[in-house]
Amino acid sequence: MKKSVILGAATIAGLAAGAAMAGTVDDVKARGKLNCGVTTGLVGFAAPDANGEWQGFDVSLCRAVAAAVLGDANAVEFVPTTGKTRFTALASGEIDMLARNTTWTFSRDVDLKFEFTGVNYYDGQGFMVPKALGVSSAKELDGARVCIQTGTTTELNLADFFRANNISYEPVPIETNAEAQQQYLAGACDVYTTDASGLAATRATFEAPDEHILLPEIISKEPLGPLVRHGDHEWGDVVRWTLNALISAEELGVTSANIDELSAGTDNPEINRLLGTEGTLGEMLGLDADWAAKAIKAGGNYGEIFAKNIGEETPIGLARGLNAQWTEGGLLYSPPFR
Amino acid sequence: MSTMTDPPKADFRLSMLINDTRYRSLTFQVIAAIVIALSIWYLGNNLIQNLRAAGLNISYAFLGDSAGYDINQRLVEYDSQSSHARAALVGLLNTLLVAFLACITATVFGVIAGVLRLSNNWLVSKLMAVYVEIFRNIPVLIWIIIIFTIMTAVLPAPSAFRGENPTSSMLFGSFAFTNRGIYFPRPEFANGLFASTALNWLLVIAVLIGSWFVSGEVEKRATKKQEETGERPATLLPKLAIWLVPFVLLMIIMGLTWDVPELKRFNFSGGLNAGGPLIALWFALSIYTGAFIAENVRAGIQAISKGQTEAAAALGLRQGRIMKLVILPQALRVIIPPLISQYLNITKNSSLAIAVGYADITATLGGITLNQTGRAIECVLLLMLFYLTASLLISTGMNIYNASVKLKER
Repeated sequence: MKKSVILGAATIAGLAAGAAMAGTVDDVKARGKLNCGVTTGLVGFAAPDANGEWQGFDVSLCRAVAAAVLGDANAVEFVPTTGKTRFTALASGEIDMLARNTTWTFSRDVDLKFEFTGVNYYDGQGFMVPKALGVSSAKELDGARVCIQTGTTTELNLADFFRANNISYEPVPIETNAEAQQQYLAGACDVYTTDASGLAATRATFEAPDEHILLPEIISKEPLGPLVRHGDHEWGDVVRWTLNALISAEELGVTSANIDELSAGTDNPEINRLLGTEGTLGEMLGLDADWAAKAIKAGGNYGEIFAKNIGEETPIGLARGLNAQWTEGGLLYSPPFR
Repeated sequence: MSTMTDPPKADFRLSMLINDTRYRSLTFQVIAAIVIALSIWYLGNNLIQNLRAAGLNISYAFLGDSAGYDINQRLVEYDSQSSHARAALVGLLNTLLVAFLACITATVFGVIAGVLRLSNNWLVSKLMAVYVEIFRNIPVLIWIIIIFTIMTAVLPAPSAFRGENPTSSMLFGSFAFTNRGIYFPRPEFANGLFASTALNWLLVIAVLIGSWFVSGEVEKRATKKQEETGERPATLLPKLAIWLVPFVLLMIIMGLTWDVPELKRFNFSGGLNAGGPLIALWFALSIYTGAFIAENVRAGIQAISKGQTEAAAALGLRQGRIMKLVILPQALRVIIPPLISQYLNITKNSSLAIAVGYADITATLGGITLNQTGRAIECVLLLMLFYLTASLLISTGMNIYNASVKLKER
């Protein structure tokens, strides 16, 4: 009985919160800039290049949202966050959205009061070891020292994995990827564990990437995706459907090369609705009719962004794998634009 | 000659609260207290309202939940199934451990450097000046990182000890200095008098304390004899015997053996291990705070009039004894109050531990737990409570000591 009263109060509070906190779209428009939380530097996903311009897979999503809302892919203020600071930065309003290899989990969604707006990368936790150790499976790691980024889901998965397999390890908590890399290369830890994509990205920056291998075990599901504050549904919709627009664009064959041509109108009504030449989807979101076209123009569709930043042609060399379109046997599946 | 007259008894008027020096300070203090209370109330209210608006609340229930993560250095039993409260306790003990160790070594470094900086030897005093100035003027976080980086880069990885012709070998076959820390043998009792190891060690400590008392007694007796006859009996041999004989006998009875670390599949195992992060943090805190303590010691010594040194020298005392018997005891009353704040600084600066992956309370409760549960306000409040308590306790303890050594005024 008592519990239901508390839950009722929480519901009312939640509704009030929705009303009180709505308006991130208006805030961003008024400010003329999107504040987007990214990592402190993970090449391929989010890192400043030689000119100090932020580049990467997650960065492209920030730029796409900025283009959709403000019409300018460069109107983004990138806020570097660590595993520890990211949620506080989002909850306190310092950033409008977080696009930072963040795993969608129940407690983050429900208890921390955030809203995940989709998955932009399906990942899993892996292990990297030097070839010289002669290890071929994570189950042989009994007694190893493991470098791990602190405050992440990987920390919990790691404890569970070793516990379930009844083997021991010594955790070395590390704050950022750069520090972990230095420790690992100096031999202060035997293994580095994080999301497999992050491992591949890190290994790509090594002087001799061939001397390190990724072990075959993937010990967890890590759906990584952008998130916003709970309660501001209009803003959540903008981020969610910008991501969906990028995914749909690839499925529908809309690329940065042919988008101008297709924007003139096509025979495919779904492309027309997506690009704003038919219907009023943009108006429903409170944006311009060609919001999705601007988002796609910012960096290309999902496939182009993937190929440019982390795909097999890049030093990071990730295969599409689970991140292929559903039509190609992957998990990427955007709800229809209608 | 003057006659005392009672001051005129004026009626109390409201304006006296501001104009009369008897009441003015009190008035301002009351006003300040009200303003502070109001702002705390306003901020607290603001916090609660904003939390409610975000659908959150303040609850400490998470402390009982299973933590789910592992900690590499632990002084008490802990595994990933233990509660967040237990993880906080592990961190708390780690903080206290490194703070305690660093306070001791910083004092040693500080006293030595402070005294040597006043040395007549130009080279020694200038070397100490360079040490003090370099360490005082660069932030401690940078020192922690520098020392840790040097340790991991310079010392060999355990793999260097492997193979037919290893590039590194263990010191005396039992000490290994690696970039993961120092591994050294652990004493063990083959046939201890008690079943529990802790009780055996308590016995060893009890024996040592006994030796300390007896040797103090010998010293006292020697002093008494010196006062009576003017002749001081030799105490070195009896004292050595008092310290060594019971200890060695106990060790033989209990069958002391050493558990020597061995290189296993990935790492050294067995023996004792002082982790790299602990060593780096301990050393950085000691050497950094030592530079500040050196300045306190120098100021304390310089506060003692030069006449004291000259008078002691005129009595025929040697340099070392002048310092030990005349100058330092008097300097202590100047040194100790600032020393208290240096001890507090060490305790608080130990919160930089996460920079090198040392699991102190800021890393466990204020880092991983905070992050996994998202209970930022609760965790930070607990952290504040812990550091406040620790600081007040250190301060109280040191003030009691200060009261015992300060100049007695009668």
